[in-house]
Formats: sequence, structure tokens, C-alpha cells
Amino acid sequence: MFKWLHPLAKPETLYRFCGHLFPWLMLSALTILLVGNVWGLVFAPQDYQQFDTVRIMYIHVPSALLSMSTYTMMAIAAFIALVWQVKVAQWSVLAIAPIGAVFTAISLLTGMAWGKPMWGTWWEWDARLTSQLILLFLYLGVIALYGAFSDRQTGGKVASLLAVIGVVNVPIIHFSVEWWHTLHQGASIMKFDTPSVHPSMLWPLLISLLGFYLLMLALVCLRLRTAILEHEQHRPWVRATLGGH
Amino acid sequence: MVMTFLRRELVLLARQKADWLNPLLFFIIVLTLFPLGVGPEPNQLRIMAPGIVWIAALLSVLLAAERLFRDDYRNGVIEQLVASRQGVMAFVLAKTAANWLSTGLPLVLLSPVVAMLLGVDKAAFIAMMLTLLLGTPMLSILSVLGAALTMSADKGGILLALLIVPLYIPLLIFASAAIEAAGMGLSYSGQLAILVAMLLLALALVPLAVASALRINVS
Repeated sequence: MFKWLHPLAKPETLYRFCGHLFPWLMLSALTILLVGNVWGLVFAPQDYQQFDTVRIMYIHVPSALLSMSTYTMMAIAAFIALVWQVKVAQWSVLAIAPIGAVFTAISLLTGMAWGKPMWGTWWEWDARLTSQLILLFLYLGVIALYGAFSDRQTGGKVASLLAVIGVVNVPIIHFSVEWWHTLHQGASIMKFDTPSVHPSMLWPLLISLLGFYLLMLALVCLRLRTAILEHEQHRPWVRATLGGH
Repeated sequence: MVMTFLRRELVLLARQKADWLNPLLFFIIVLTLFPLGVGPEPNQLRIMAPGIVWIAALLSVLLAAERLFRDDYRNGVIEQLVASRQGVMAFVLAKTAANWLSTGLPLVLLSPVVAMLLGVDKAAFIAMMLTLLLGTPMLSILSVLGAALTMSADKGGILLALLIVPLYIPLLIFASAAIEAAGMGLSYSGQLAILVAMLLLALALVPLAVASALRINVS
């Protein structure tokens, strides 16, 4: 696998690779999201207690899961950047961070919109909600820390370090519903025995989830390409590729 | 080696009294703001006391954190340490210990006065002192981390607060939960155990991160 991955550490190769990947990812993401969300938001059955409000789930659950897996991805990239000094890994940390922050914000906002009719409150200081809010602050901290340094190299390294430190929060979010008695319900999909969601709702949810994942990867490709161009703008290959003078 | 660094830190602190006296004064001033702001009703103050004490402690430690590495970075001490490849870890540990001795420990010693001011009863007071004793080292460790990360940043000050305050949140939750439980006459050993666990985990891992943050910042 390393033999296959190693050439990708070269910015030029990675730029081309992401360029090939991006249209496929974006196209399949949009198709699958359309199918999953229309199925979930229009055709899937209502909940017998929550009626139509349950449909928030098709946005809320994928974005919440994505916020965590995007963070993990960012932390892995940060770790690679710090240990093996791979510069494209460091750029990808900054490429991933805003995407993850937006997913986290979406999960918090849809969660609030769901909490108001179901729990009767927009916000409750329970463990799941608080740790998710900390995740948002961590994403914003990574972005802000990078921006605070005039030397981009140092800024990128320090931001990577913060990303690695912050990874302790991810298991806390995941297990918060088990460790504390929270208002937020327990896990219904990410567990080892059979999911406690009926297939008629589970399928559109899983399809939406796949769509969100593909969308995230497509956006990462796009942002990474831009980051590579930005950092390498004075290299000959960029001029050759873009046809500038 | 740790002792040498620690002695140096303490001598520096003894010569720059404002560095550690101002955060303490700030702690007391923030505490006096609460009764003025929410009204001097004794029952209300007693209920709010755990939160008030801990928030004031967080803010005052944060105030001291900004200057932690600033001078050593400017006059090149950290650069020399990193270049010599010796004792970065000892330096970090000494820095943390000195920070706790100058900001955390005084807060613990001040807590009887605070308890009296806020009308806290005896059980809650003991819990408050214990949580401060176990929690303030954690505050020092995390503020050393924040200071190391933002050491060479151009806009350090407010950024430090943005980075570190989210990490303080779990500490705040368990510490004030312990004091609250004690105030209602319940057992609070569970919360204390979690505080100890967080402290030990942070003590084991954070100095490594601080050392590598120092290296990154000077390279």
C-alpha cells in the first residue's frame, strides 16, 4: 500500500490524482444524495411518535457522523504531517478543517431544530451536545491557529499538533451517550448487534450517509487542489499545467 | 535538571511579582463582581458558588498563561534549549510546576476566604478545596500547552483563550458537579476520581505535546 501511496506525496501527482477523482466523486455524491434525501424526506414512513420531524434524521445523523470521521481523517493527516514531514499532508489538514467545521455546525443546528419539538428545548447542556460543541471549537481553533502565524510552515505544523491533541474528544463524543445519562438517545446504527432502526428508514439513512461521505471526499479533493496550487504557485509544473506565463 | 529549571523559574517569579499577583487580584475582583451583579442574596450565592469559584479560577489562570513563554521566547532561551537538544522536557515540567505554584496553589490557599465570602457551608467548602487542589494542576498543564502552541504567533492573546477554554470545559463540569453534590450532602468521590484520572492522563501526555510545540515554534 505504501508503494501505491508514496507517489501521491508529490504535490504534482496528487493534484492530477484529485483532478481525476473529483468529477466522479462529485457526480456520484450528488446523485446518491438526491436519491437518499428525496427517499428520506418524501417517501420514507413517518415515525409513530415523532411524525414528520423524524425526517430531520436524514440530515442530522449523517452530518454528525461525518463531523467525527472528518476530524479523525484530519488528525491522521496531521499525524502524518508531523511525523513524516509530508507537506501535502499538512496542507490537507487545512483543506479538511473548514469542511469538518461546517458538518459539525450543520449537525448542531439540525439537532437544535429537532430538539425544539421533541425535547421542548433548543439546547440542553448534556454530554453529547457539549462534546459536539467542543468539536466545533476544536475545528475553529485549528483554523484560527493556522491563521495566527505569519510563517505558513510553522502555522501549519502548530495547527496539525492541535488537531492531533484534539482527537481525544472523538471517543468522548461517541461514548458520551453510554457514559452519562443523557437526553440524547443512544447509538442506533453504529453498534455491533442489529440496528434499532426499521429497514424502511434505515436504507434511506444509509444512502444519505454514503452521499455525505462522497460529498466530503469530493470537497476535500477540490480544496486540496486549490491548496496545492496556492503553495506551489511558483513551481514550473503549475505554470505548465495552467498555461500561465 | 528539573530542580535547576524550577529554581530559575521561581527566582524569575519572585522578581516579577506582577506576573503572579495580578491574576490573584483578578480572581478576587471577579469574585466580588458576582454578588454585585446577581444580587447579594445569600441562598442564591450559595447555590452559584461552585460555578463562580471555578470560572474565576479559569479566567485568572488564563490571564497568567499568556506571558508563560513570551519572555523566554523573545530572549532566545527556548531556542538555545531546543538547539542543545537537552532538557526540553525538564524545562516544560519545571514551567508547569512553577505555574501551578504561582497561580494554582494561591487559589487553593485563598479558597477559605472565598468560601466565607460566598457563604458556602462546610461540606461544600471541603469539596471546593479538594477540587481546586486536584483541578488547578490540570489548568496549569493546559495553559502551558496553549502558551506553547501560540508562542510565536503574531496574534497570540485572544487566540490562547479560544484554544484553551474548550479544553477546560470537562474540568469545569466535574469540579462544579463535585461541589454541588457535596453541598447537597451526597458522596462526590466519583467526580474526584475522574478529576484525578484527567490530571494523570494530562500529566503523562501533554508535556510531550508541549515539548514538540516548542520545537515547532523555534524551527
